[in-house]
Amino acid sequence: MKEVLLTILVFSPLLGMAALLLVHGTQERRIKWVGILGTLPALSISLYLYGHYLAGHSLNVFSEKAGWIRFGDFQQIDPKLFTVDYELSVDGFSLLMVLLTTVLSTLAAVASIHIKKEWKGYYLLFLLLEIGMLGVFLAQNLVLFFIFFEITLIPAFFLIGKWGYAQKERAAFSFLIYNGFGSAVLLLVIITLLARAGTTNIEALKYLINTEGVPLVSPIPSSMKYGMLIALLIAFGVKLPIFPLHTWMLRVHVQAPPSIVMLHAGVLLKIGAFGIIRFGLGIFPDQFKDLSVLIIVLGVINLLYGAFLAFIQQDFKMVLAYSSISHMGIVLMGLGSLNEAGLQGAIFQVVSHGLIAALLFCLVGIFYERVKTTSIKDLGGLSSVMPITAGFLLASAMASLGLPGMSGFISEFMAFLGLFKADPILAAIGTLGIILTAVYLLRAAMGMIFGKPKLQVNSEAVRDMETAEMVPVFILLAFIILIGVYPAVLSNPLADTIQNILSGSGG
Amino acid sequence: MDLDTLLSYKWGAMAPEFIILGASVLLSLLDLFLPKTYKRNSLAWFALAGVILALISLGTLISGGTVSILNNTFRLDSFSIAFKFILLLGSALVILIAHSYQPKEGFRAFRGEFYYLFLTGLLGAMFMASSGDLITLFVGLELLSVSSYILAGMRKTSQESNEAAMKYVINGGIATAITLFGMSYLYGLSGTTNISEMAKIMSGQAAEHQYLYLYGLAFFMVLIGLSFKIAAAPFHMWAPDVYQGSPTPVASYLSVISKTAGFILLLRLILTLFLTIPGDKADLSFLEQNSTYIGCLAGITIIAGNVAALRQRNIKRMFAYSSIAQAGYILAGITALGYFTFDAVWFYLLAYVFMNLGAFAVIQLMTDQSNSGDISEFAGLYRRSPVAALSFSIFLLSLAGIPGTAGFIGKLTIFMNTLMTEPGHFLLASLMIAGTVISYFYYFGIMVQMFFRPQAAEGRVVLPAGIGAVVMIALAGTLILGLAPNSAFTFLHHNFGSFNDFLK
Repeated sequence: MKEVLLTILVFSPLLGMAALLLVHGTQERRIKWVGILGTLPALSISLYLYGHYLAGHSLNVFSEKAGWIRFGDFQQIDPKLFTVDYELSVDGFSLLMVLLTTVLSTLAAVASIHIKKEWKGYYLLFLLLEIGMLGVFLAQNLVLFFIFFEITLIPAFFLIGKWGYAQKERAAFSFLIYNGFGSAVLLLVIITLLARAGTTNIEALKYLINTEGVPLVSPIPSSMKYGMLIALLIAFGVKLPIFPLHTWMLRVHVQAPPSIVMLHAGVLLKIGAFGIIRFGLGIFPDQFKDLSVLIIVLGVINLLYGAFLAFIQQDFKMVLAYSSISHMGIVLMGLGSLNEAGLQGAIFQVVSHGLIAALLFCLVGIFYERVKTTSIKDLGGLSSVMPITAGFLLASAMASLGLPGMSGFISEFMAFLGLFKADPILAAIGTLGIILTAVYLLRAAMGMIFGKPKLQVNSEAVRDMETAEMVPVFILLAFIILIGVYPAVLSNPLADTIQNILSGSGG
Repeated sequence: MDLDTLLSYKWGAMAPEFIILGASVLLSLLDLFLPKTYKRNSLAWFALAGVILALISLGTLISGGTVSILNNTFRLDSFSIAFKFILLLGSALVILIAHSYQPKEGFRAFRGEFYYLFLTGLLGAMFMASSGDLITLFVGLELLSVSSYILAGMRKTSQESNEAAMKYVINGGIATAITLFGMSYLYGLSGTTNISEMAKIMSGQAAEHQYLYLYGLAFFMVLIGLSFKIAAAPFHMWAPDVYQGSPTPVASYLSVISKTAGFILLLRLILTLFLTIPGDKADLSFLEQNSTYIGCLAGITIIAGNVAALRQRNIKRMFAYSSIAQAGYILAGITALGYFTFDAVWFYLLAYVFMNLGAFAVIQLMTDQSNSGDISEFAGLYRRSPVAALSFSIFLLSLAGIPGTAGFIGKLTIFMNTLMTEPGHFLLASLMIAGTVISYFYYFGIMVQMFFRPQAAEGRVVLPAGIGAVVMIALAGTLILGLAPNSAFTFLHHNFGSFNDFLK
């Protein structure tokens, strides 16, 4: 069982998909239930894995490997040459990402009760998306990673384009072309590595790229390594997103249905960070070190650019979109500092922002359902109409701006701690961003929650949150506070991964 | 040559060709003598039986080793078997597509003609795969071309179809003339038409540089002539008009069988001859020195095909440009002469047979009742026939090179081949990537029609038997090659080694 548990984990949403096919397309309630239940097997397996880890056992027992593709016929020379295996494995970092994925998937599935049409197609694509996201974090070679990476692309395209708001198709194409471009660049790197090193296994590549004088199929000169690292930064920079590759993400945040944005902001964008850490930093540590200042600068630009633009937005969803850009800047700053605190902060930020963004968009979905607007101007006085929603909104805004006791604070604190060690001047500029974060979030939150109730909101028909809606909100907030109060839930599993990365870069 | 020598040849090596020839002759006789009222459509099963029989007899020849008969003009080596396999497979699918073809006008009366002309075209392509001599090569090429010209004009009352045939004849004629002109230089330089002897003589002459220019002339003439055949830019202008005008089964035949035959010829002629001629720089053969030109051709083809496809509203024109772009990808595989060249080209063509014919089957289903062929005919197909919409999407995803499908593995192999050589063809690989991203626009545009738009017409779409069979086979092929590509690679390496007997 343990040998195939990861496969079962990744493909468990198939079970839900099969069950969905048996339900008739008009039975709304049943479809939604099956859809939500379909995310549960993955959630329980990932929780079991975490429990297994907490009990002090090694995660290595879950690694699995099977022969898959063999290009050419080199069995006499080296049986591993030009082979791509089906190999999955889990370590502390990927365990956290998997947990984030499964938790957010279940909660987003619950939040999807607002979906109005064609529930069957929606949940089928939703579960397919989950397969892709889980696979991405567990794949042990680049080709397999890429396949799962692209599997996320197709369902996301349809989910945005079919169930989104007015300009959904434009947003879907924007998503597809930007991400298609990103994956194309990624593919170029992957195939260069496969063609010249003869393998895409991550561990093998770490050795082959960073050891002098290892025989390769074709030489990989130093300039090519820099080229590949920059290509990786571009590929994952589209996903993260790094300024100026971010415009698609604004459209998606505004046009996609909120339950999909929960997954999009919560997990899909994080694949960018995961990729930079796993492959950029993992395979090219020396080159990454040389480019670290560039990465910090990009991070600071992201942080400030996102914060400034979030400040002037009139639409709450746009505020959140720019806030995501701004927060991803902190990830880059943490990574660029290349020390323990910085890396920890970066990964904390990845998880923490995943939860906070999901929470905020879950709330957006809830009040949009009732008042049909997300414009800050039109929303004033939410607290008198929907006090519970308004309360949660305030709490999540606080989490997002980094209030101590919540996960946002820990991650920003760690990232800046690392950055001040590595580059105090850039760190000082970066702190401006922290202040701006508080400013734009408070401006938006205050404008919506307090003040005179506006016409659109002041209606008898508007009811506050229902119990079903409260479940995801409550669970997300609980996680955010848990991490804020007891960060060891994240830092313990990460310790080995971070040590591994740092020893790779000789830091 | 007396009777004994004639009988001493291993005629068994030509068994698949004989079967196709026999089937074609019998079909033409049947068509002639059957009463006018007899429905010619059932002749499809006869043609299909012929192709399947040929496929089986080809299967028995796999383990026979290299056979060369008729003074080395007909060669049965691993290369020819591997590619004939693709030709026959594609033909079987095209026959099934043709069986379900029910246009409004002007095809029914000539249906019998269609099947035997189709088989003679196939025979020509198979001869090209096996030819060891310029004469057989050229006869094969002409047999294929002349059959295709007639096929393109098969809907005799349709003006578009006539236009297509006319354009195809003129363009094809020019292309053949250019190829033949190039071949005449080859003959002039070597004094023989046999390809392997030619290679021997030419590799000896190489030291004298004055010949290099003549080789160059021959090389470019042949390359340009064949570029017409595979519709590589800038010699692709005929393709959209011809595809649009010809009956859909013929368009699918042109885009798959005829194109495959073009690549077979290209590999046969260019690789055998020009790879053996040393160039004027040390250690590099003539072909390696000049592969940049094939690379340019590939790059232009990829970009031109994909960009032009963006602007098409007519689905057949769009697919014409799409298959131009696909030809560009395959040319990129030929540009870099690495270990994986044969694997890449063979696998991509196999994948292409499945994904493109599957797509054409659905296109025919949706457009043969209308004259417009506009992509809006696909609007809301998901509601009218989920099976057709989903399988068409998978073919489109495969053509776009999305993982999980055959097209992805095909592109991966080609990529690997282009980047493996030293120096790697990074520019070409980047162009391929750019082309792939551009192609998302129009492939996903069709999917937007199928899934997002309201229905174009009422009523469910029912898949007729032939189309249904093609869609299912193509779907299985696309997914199996995409998810378990080893099935094809193992088959290739187990049976054909690394095509070691190709150059001998």
